This record gives sequence, C-alpha cells and structure tokens, in this order.
Amino acid sequence: MFRLESRPEPSRWMVLASPAMALLLTVAIGTVLFVALGKDPLAGLRMFFWEPIKGGHAWSEIAMKAVPLTLIALGLALCFRANVWNIGAEGQYILGAIFAGGVAMHATPETSRAIVVLILMAGVAGGMVWAGIVAALRDRFHANEILVSLMLVYVAEMLLGYLVYGPWKDPQGFNFPQTITFASPTQLPRLMAGARLNVGLWVAVAGVLAMTVFLFRTLRGLQAQMGGMAPLAASYAGFSARGTLWTALLVSGGLAGLAGAMETIGPLGQLTPHVPAGYGFAAIIVAFVGRLHPVGIVFAAVLMSMFVIGGELAQSRMQLPKSVTGVFQGLLLFALLAFDTLIHHRVRRRTKEIA
Amino acid sequence: MNESALLVAATLNAGTVLALAALGLLLNERAGVVNLGAEGMMLCAAVAGFAAAVHSGSDWVGFGAGALAGAALAALLGWLVIWLNTNQYATGLALTLFGTGFSAFIGLPYTREQLGPRTSYDVPGLSELPWVGPALFKQHPMVWIAIGLTVGLSWWLGRSRSGLVLRAVGESPESAHALGYPVRRIRMAAVVAGGALCGVAGAYLSVIYTPMWVEGMVAGKGWIALALTAFATWRPLRVLLGAYLFGGVTMLQFHLQGLGVDVASQWLTMLPYLATILVLVLISSNAAWIRANVPASLGKPFSPGGA
Repeated sequence: MFRLESRPEPSRWMVLASPAMALLLTVAIGTVLFVALGKDPLAGLRMFFWEPIKGGHAWSEIAMKAVPLTLIALGLALCFRANVWNIGAEGQYILGAIFAGGVAMHATPETSRAIVVLILMAGVAGGMVWAGIVAALRDRFHANEILVSLMLVYVAEMLLGYLVYGPWKDPQGFNFPQTITFASPTQLPRLMAGARLNVGLWVAVAGVLAMTVFLFRTLRGLQAQMGGMAPLAASYAGFSARGTLWTALLVSGGLAGLAGAMETIGPLGQLTPHVPAGYGFAAIIVAFVGRLHPVGIVFAAVLMSMFVIGGELAQSRMQLPKSVTGVFQGLLLFALLAFDTLIHHRVRRRTKEIA
Repeated sequence: MNESALLVAATLNAGTVLALAALGLLLNERAGVVNLGAEGMMLCAAVAGFAAAVHSGSDWVGFGAGALAGAALAALLGWLVIWLNTNQYATGLALTLFGTGFSAFIGLPYTREQLGPRTSYDVPGLSELPWVGPALFKQHPMVWIAIGLTVGLSWWLGRSRSGLVLRAVGESPESAHALGYPVRRIRMAAVVAGGALCGVAGAYLSVIYTPMWVEGMVAGKGWIALALTAFATWRPLRVLLGAYLFGGVTMLQFHLQGLGVDVASQWLTMLPYLATILVLVLISSNAAWIRANVPASLGKPFSPGGA
C-alpha cells in the first residue's frame, strides 16, 4: 500500500504540475465518457481543444468568454486568499447587469458615447451593493458569508426576473420577457471589424495588472493575504480583519458587477432572464485552477472558455448535451484538489504499519 | 378551513425534504466535516432516484438508488477531505459544481419521463377525520420516517456510546485519537451515511414531492439545509422544527397566490432565500452561543501523528 508523507517544503514544481495533471486526468475521463456514449473520442477532443482555437475569429470568441471569467476570478482570488468565501459572484454579476441596464435604458441615439463609462460605473456599484450586503451581515452579525452570498444569487435571479417580466419589459417586445434593445451609443466599442471582441479585453488586462500590484506590491494586499493565512499573526500585527473582509468583498463584488455590465452592453445589448450564464460559478474553478494568481487566472480562464465553446460545438455537431461542459468543469476542480495534495505531501510505499 | 389543512400537509411534505438533507449534514458536521456538496449530491440523487423509480416502478427502489448515489458522491468527498486533507470548502464546492453538471448530463433522457400513478397513503379511518385527516394522515410514509429518524438520531447522538464517540471525533479529534478511536474512519462513515441521507432527500424530491426530473430542480434546498444545521445549533429535533418552518415559508408562496395576494411571483419565490438569510443573521448575531454549540473541529482536517 501507499501512504502520504509530508514534504519538508512545499514542492514548487507540483504547484505548476498539478493543474496540468488535473487537465490530463479530466481529458482521460472525458475520453472514457465519449466512448461510453458511443461517440468518437478523437472528434470529441477536437471539439474541446482544437476547434475553439482554430483561427482568429475563434480566438475572439474565446476572449469574449475569458474576459468576464478573468475579471470575476481576480476578485475571487483575493477573497479566497483572504479566507473570505464569497461564492455568490453570480449574483453580484447579475446585479451589475441590472444596474448597468437601468442606466443604459435611458440612452437615446443622441446620447454621448461617454455614457458607457457611466454604465460601467453603475455595474461596479451594483456588484458592490450585493457583495456589501454579504460583508455587512458578516461584519455586524457574523452571518456565514458562504450561505448569504449564495442565497443572494437566487434573490438576484428573481429580481432580474421581476424586472424583465414586469416594469422593465419592452412595451413593443411582443410580450417577451426582455428590456428594450439599448440605444447604439451604449455599445462597448469593438476592437476590430467582423469580430465581437470589444474593449473589455483591455479592461481585463488592466484588471490583471492592477490585481498583481495590489496583491504583491501593496500593504493592503499583504494584510488581506496574511489575514487569510495567519489570522492571529495578522491581528498581532494590528491588521484589521474587518478591513480585509470589506476590501475582499467590495473588490470582488465590483469586479463581478463590472463583468455583468460589460456583458450587458457588449454581446447582449438588452436584459433578458438569460443574463446569468454561470460565469460566477465557473470563475470559482478558474480562480483555483489559476492558483489564485492573476497570471495563472488568465490561462485558466482561456482553458475554461475552451470548455464552454467546446461544449457548445459538441452540442451542435455531435448531439451531446450542453451540460457536458459542467461535468468537465467539475471534474477539473476535483482532480486539481486531489493533485494539490502532492504539493505538500509525497507518496511513499508503505514499508511497515505504523501504529 | 380546508385550505389551512392542505397548507399544513404541504408544509410537512416540503419540510421532509429539508429535514432529511439537514439531518445528513448534521451527521457530517457533528463528526467535524462541512459538506458544501449537498446541493450537488441531492441533484445526482434526484436523477438517480427518479431513473430507478421509472425503470423499476417502485418508489422505494428510487429512494435506495438516491441513497446509493448520495453515499457514493459523499465517499468521494470524504476520501479527498479526510484522507488527502484537501480544503473542505473548495472540495464541497467542486462536488456541487460537478453534481450540477453531471445530473443535467445523465438526466437528459428523463426530462420527458413520467412516473406511474401515485399511490395514496391514507391512514384508514384517521384520514377521514375533518381537518386533521387531510392535514396529517394522507402523508407519504417518508414524512413519518423522517420524524422517526430525527428522534432516533437525537437519542443516538445524545445517549448512546457510539454517538458519544462520533461527537468526540467532531469536538476533539486529537483526544479521540489518543483514546484509540480510528478518527478518520469514523469521519468517513459519518460522511457516507450523511450523503446517503442527502441522497434520500434528493430522491424524495424527484419521486414524491414534484414528481418529475427537471435540471437544477433542487434549487438551493441543499444550501438551505446547510443553513438549517446552524439554525438548529446542531441538534436533530431543532433541525426538524426548522425544516417545517422553512417548508411552511416555501409553501406560503403558492398559497398566497391562491388567496389572490397581488404580488409578482418573483417576490414570493424569493421568500425562502430571504428567510434563510434572516435566520442566519438572527442565529449568528449571538456569536458566543454559536461558539458554544458548533462542533469544535468543524472544517479542520485531522492527521494522526500531526502529519
């Protein structure tokens, strides 16, 4: 039999190898799954790992999905490093979309393009409000942030439903649950003709840089991480646990809200009940697979976007259910957590039983 | 008058789903393991139970399949968090994300299936009574089983030797280990048994309560059950009461609509989630009380020998 033995020092090599091994295991299980379903596994792998990156247009679509995933995961990485378990980013994303939509609805074709900035700020505010509720209830009443943030996802979905079925419904929309299509000045500027990719890409790049600086070059960032790793040491050093809680939640809520706003005035152009697309939950996986590191998150977000687009392709071309994406996402996180054990432990053959 | 009897009946029915799941989670947590995968386990168990009930024609086979599915997924979680010492929050989240995707995936062929005619479980004689009959004596036996289970679990945890050992493992794994108890095996057993209970809850949802399979049909009940364990300060009888309370809130939305209350349906659907937040706030605001009741090693990994 085998047993685990602690390493004297964490393996730096395994920190990088573990995501790769997790991906390999996910691919292996995926292959078995395809065979079990009577589908050609090679064709399946091509849908997930080749078709989504074939050509410039495909990369534009990947980036479209990687941008919100990156932004949300950046905030979650800060939260998880600070030991604040915000898992309701999906709700904060929805609130960002609602706030952004509320502003965008008032635009006319004559409105100045500057309204885009206002809309994005509204989105950030929406996400912050939703995450701020979590922070306030945790701070004031010690209410568990996992459960509160998650419950608020359902509340946000209902709120969106109420608005698009009720007061915000397009009067000329044939009774479909949707707002008006926002006037053209609200559109996020696109980067090139013929592709949907917009300036959100630069926002995400700026976010990655800013979060890198914040985490590794500022005192506030250090305080937040220390509060997560060694709360007693942090309080001895005089770092405020409350400050960390509020910073982590407001930053992650704001980023999720920003992502929601950019989706609303980017590809969507109106609010519908289909605004929540699962980015908030997928970003949890992105944050972990990216090692809670801003640069790692970019790679993980691209990988996760490939999964999503691969799932859509597998649905249209191989008649596989779209939910296969969720299976792979869950598997990847599971495999990663299992392999992460090897960062701090190594496997030894058991020589004799130790009592 | 009959309206209120039906509300009571529906409350007990909805509360049973929550009670079964919350009792399972309570068992986990009393042994020191937080299971954030309840939502995923319940979804997989719901589809497994529904499929088994469709193919076998027996609801009870469905419950069994649900229990097996829940136990299997819980074993996976237990292996990771107990033997590999992975972060309990992250692992539970992984289970929920995986279970949500996997249940949608394997459940696709069953979205159009229907179960055979439902058996009625009227208690002879008693179900004819005015008000009390329709309120209490037309329930599925699982409602009574859940009550029995609550009492049994309460007795077992509080009064039996093995229950004491389980609590010791949750309160102070180091001491239990020093006394020679196999801490990790006991935790594993508690996690698997708790998963089986969550599985029965999921199967009850798809086989009896709804009865059908719809993607994502658990709709947060796993998370509400998790909140219930804290609400009940980890005591089975209070879990049952809390479950009925929440079952009542869930049912209230339909009855308010039936009574012609003019509110958009979304506001009513929000109620159970808002109630959960409210209850969490009320229960957590007294930090000392929670600290006195929470299993001391909750969420903390244990390695014999401190490895």
